[in-house]
Amino acid sequence: MSSLPPYATTGQRVWYYSFRVICGVIFFFLIAPIVVIIPLSFNAEDFFTFTPEMLALDPEGYSLKHYEDFFTNPDWQQALRNSVAIAPVATLLSVSFGTLAAIGLSQKHVPFRRPIMAIMISPMIVPLIISAAGMYFFYSRIGLQGTYWGVVLSHAALGIPFVIITVTATLVGFDESLTRASANLGANPVRTFFKVQMPLILPGVISGGLFAFITSFDEVVVVLFVGSAGQKTLPWQMFTGLREQISPTILAVATILVAISIALLTTVEILRRRSEKIRGMSPG
Amino acid sequence: MSDTTESGPVLAADGRPLKQSLNRALRREKLRALALIAPLLIFILVTFIAPIADMLFRSIENQIVSDTLPRTVQTLDDWEDESEAPGEAIFETFYFDFAIAAQRKEHTRLGTRLNYEMTGISSLFRRTGRDVEDIGEVYLDQFEDLNELWEEPQPWVAMMGADGWKADYADWIAARDAADEAGEDFGRDPPAFVASATAREALPRTTELYTAFAEVVQPARRDSLADDEPWPVVYTGLYQDLMANPDAASAFGGDTATLLAEAAAAVPEFETVNFREAFIEAESDWADPEVWATIKVFAPEFTTGYFLASVDLEKTPDGVEVKPENEQIYKLLFGRTMFMSLTITFSCLLLGYPVAWLLANLPMRTANVLMILVLLPFWTSLLVRTSAWKVLLQQQGVINDILVWIGIIGDGNRLIMINNQFGTIVAMTHILLPFMILPLYSVMRTIPPSYLRAAKSLGATNWTAFWRVYFPQSVPGIGAGAILVFIVSIGYYITPELVGGTTGVFISNRIAYHISSSLNWGLAAALGSILLIVVLVLYWVYDKIVGIDNVKLG
Repeated sequence: MSSLPPYATTGQRVWYYSFRVICGVIFFFLIAPIVVIIPLSFNAEDFFTFTPEMLALDPEGYSLKHYEDFFTNPDWQQALRNSVAIAPVATLLSVSFGTLAAIGLSQKHVPFRRPIMAIMISPMIVPLIISAAGMYFFYSRIGLQGTYWGVVLSHAALGIPFVIITVTATLVGFDESLTRASANLGANPVRTFFKVQMPLILPGVISGGLFAFITSFDEVVVVLFVGSAGQKTLPWQMFTGLREQISPTILAVATILVAISIALLTTVEILRRRSEKIRGMSPG
Repeated sequence: MSDTTESGPVLAADGRPLKQSLNRALRREKLRALALIAPLLIFILVTFIAPIADMLFRSIENQIVSDTLPRTVQTLDDWEDESEAPGEAIFETFYFDFAIAAQRKEHTRLGTRLNYEMTGISSLFRRTGRDVEDIGEVYLDQFEDLNELWEEPQPWVAMMGADGWKADYADWIAARDAADEAGEDFGRDPPAFVASATAREALPRTTELYTAFAEVVQPARRDSLADDEPWPVVYTGLYQDLMANPDAASAFGGDTATLLAEAAAAVPEFETVNFREAFIEAESDWADPEVWATIKVFAPEFTTGYFLASVDLEKTPDGVEVKPENEQIYKLLFGRTMFMSLTITFSCLLLGYPVAWLLANLPMRTANVLMILVLLPFWTSLLVRTSAWKVLLQQQGVINDILVWIGIIGDGNRLIMINNQFGTIVAMTHILLPFMILPLYSVMRTIPPSYLRAAKSLGATNWTAFWRVYFPQSVPGIGAGAILVFIVSIGYYITPELVGGTTGVFISNRIAYHISSSLNWGLAAALGSILLIVVLVLYWVYDKIVGIDNVKLG
C-alpha cells in the first residue's frame, strides 16, 4: 500500500486512491471539530456559527471579545483559579505515591502483585459516574464532600493509574545492576534513588505526571459530585455553560485548552523519545 | 550433594545455614517492596475503594425504617391478619415512634423513602406529622388539669434526672445566669441529660420518651430542659406507666412522690385515647392495610428492593412482581445503553480499521505525522470536543448552515441532529475513535506485510488475501479496541448529558439524576452496582484476551 506498483490495473488504481480518500475523510472527521472551534472563538457576534462577515474574511467579523470576557469575567477567573489550585496538588500526590509504588511493584519478589496492581489500576477501569457516586456517598459520610481536599484526593486517586502505568513501563527497561553498583560504591538507598534511579526514570515520571495533571484538569464528573460551588473548576464552568448555552466564551476557553493540549502532547512525545534514547532503544 | 550429607547443610558466611539466610534476604526484599507500595495502597483504599464499597453497601442498606420506627418494627411481627390495618397495640407503639420521629423531623425522610415503594406515603407521613401532636394532647391536658405543676419543666427535671446530672445542670444554670448578668457570652453547652436509675425502674416508658425529648431539645436550644415542658407524647407514656405501676410514687421522694401519688390516684379515671381510631380519623389512609404492609416489607435492615427496582421489579406484600408497563424504564435504559454502546463500538471499528491499516503500512515518518491527527483529539479536553459537536450539530450550527448553503435542505427544515440518539452516537464515536485506532495500530504494526504479498503471489485476489490472511491476524487488535471502547462508552456521562436530549441518555445519566435530583441514593447505588459488575466482567474478558499489563498510553 505504501506506493502503487507500475503494473497496477485500473481497478487497483481506483481502489488505491479511493481508499486514501476514505482515510482522508476519517482524519477530517477526527480533526475538523477541533479545528472548527478555533475561528469560531474569534466571532464578533454572540453566535455559535460562522457569520457572513467571517466567511468574507472581513476583519469586522472577527474580534477578541470572547477572550476578553474569559479574562475579565469573575466566574471564569474563579474557575480558572480553582483548576490551577486543584490540579497541581492532585498531580503531586499521585506522582509521589505512584512513583514509590511503581518502584515497589517492579521489584523481583512482590507478594500479591496481581491483586495489588488490579486495585491500583481500578480508578481507571471503574466508570467515572460510579467513582463519582461512591465518592459522593463516602466523602459526605466523612465530611470531605464539598471541600477542597475532597476534590484533590479524588482527583489524585483518578490520576494514580496513569502514573503507575507509565512509570512501570519505564522501569521495565531499567538495569538493576546500576543500583547495585551505586550501593557498592557506598551510596545509601535514598542517595541511590535520587542520583541514579530517578534521573533515569524521570521521563516516565514526568509523562505520568502530565497524564495525571490532564486527568485532573479535564475532570468534570467527579468534581460535579464531590465538589461544591466553591470548587467550581474550568471544565465544570464549561459544562454548566454548555447546558445553559450562555455565551461563546466557551469556545475561547476551548481554544485555549486545545493550545494547552498541543503543548502537553509535544512534551510527552519529546519525553518518550528521550526515555527510549536513554534506554538505548531507537526513537520510534 | 554428597558434600552436604557429610558436613551438614551448606553454611553462609555468617555461619547460618545458607537456605535460612537466603530466605531471610528474600523476606527482607518482599517487605521492602511492600513498604514502598503500602502508602499508595492505603491511599487508594481510603480514597477510592472505600467509596466503592460504600456504594455497594448503600444499594442494599435500609436501616431508615428500623431506625425511625424501632418499636413499630418489632410489634409489626405480631400483625397477622394482613387484610386489614393492624390492631390497637401496634398503633400504640406506632404513635410513640411517630411522635418522636415528627419531633425529630425524621418522619418526612422516612416518608420519602417509603414513597419509592408506594406512592402517596410521603404526603401521608407529612400530613400526619402535623396531626400527631394533637393525639397525645388528651393526656397532657388531663395531667395539667389535675395539677398545674405538670405544666412546669422543673418537676420533670427533678423526677427524671440522675442526681449527679442534676447537680451539674444546676451548676451550669448558675454559671450561665452569672455570665448573663455580667453581660458576657456564655458558650458552654449544658451537661447531656442522664436519667436516674429510679425513674428508669419505676417509669420505664416515660424515661425512654423523656430521654428522647432531652436528646432533641438540648442541642437545639441550650437551656430548654429547664424552660420547656415535655412533648405531649411523654405525658402519654407517664399515663401508661402509672396505669401499669400505680405504686410508682413510692420509689421517689419529696415533692415528686406527692405529685406522682396524686396522679396515680387520678389516672384510672382519665379519659383515654384509642390510637387506632385517632390515626384513622386524622388520615383515613392509615386504615389501608397496604400502607402497613409496605412498612412491614421494608422493615428489615437490608433489602433487595433497590436492585429489584433497577430491573423494573417491585417488592410488594405478596412477593416480587413486575412493575406496571408504564413504569418500566430501567430495562429500556439498560437496553438502550447496550445498544448505543454497541453502535458506537461498531462505528469506531468501521472508521478506525482503515485508518489503523493506513498508519501501519505507511513509512514511519509519514505515519508519525498522521498519528498526531489521532493523538490530538485524544489529548484534547472532553468538554472541548463535546462543545465542538454542539456547535457543529445544532440547528443553527455549522453543518446545517453548510447543507442549507449548498441547497440540499431548505432553510425551513433544518435537520435535528442534536439532543437525540444520533447526536450522542456521532459525538461519542468521535471521542472514542482514538481508543480504537491505537490498539488496532499496535497490533497491525506487528503483522509482516510479506504475508499479504505471499498470499497474492500464490494467486489470492486482493479480497481473499485480506480476508483470509490479514484480517485473522488483526483480530486481537479488534478485540482489544472493541472491548475498550465498549467499556468506556457504557459508563459515559458528560457527552450524553450534553448532546443526548431525552432519548440519547445512558444509564449513568439516570444514576446522576437519582443522586442529585430525586435523592433516591439507594436506587442510584443499585444501578451503579449493576453497571460496575458489567464493566468488571468486561474487563475480566479484556484481561483474558489482551492482558491488563499491555495497556499502553500515548
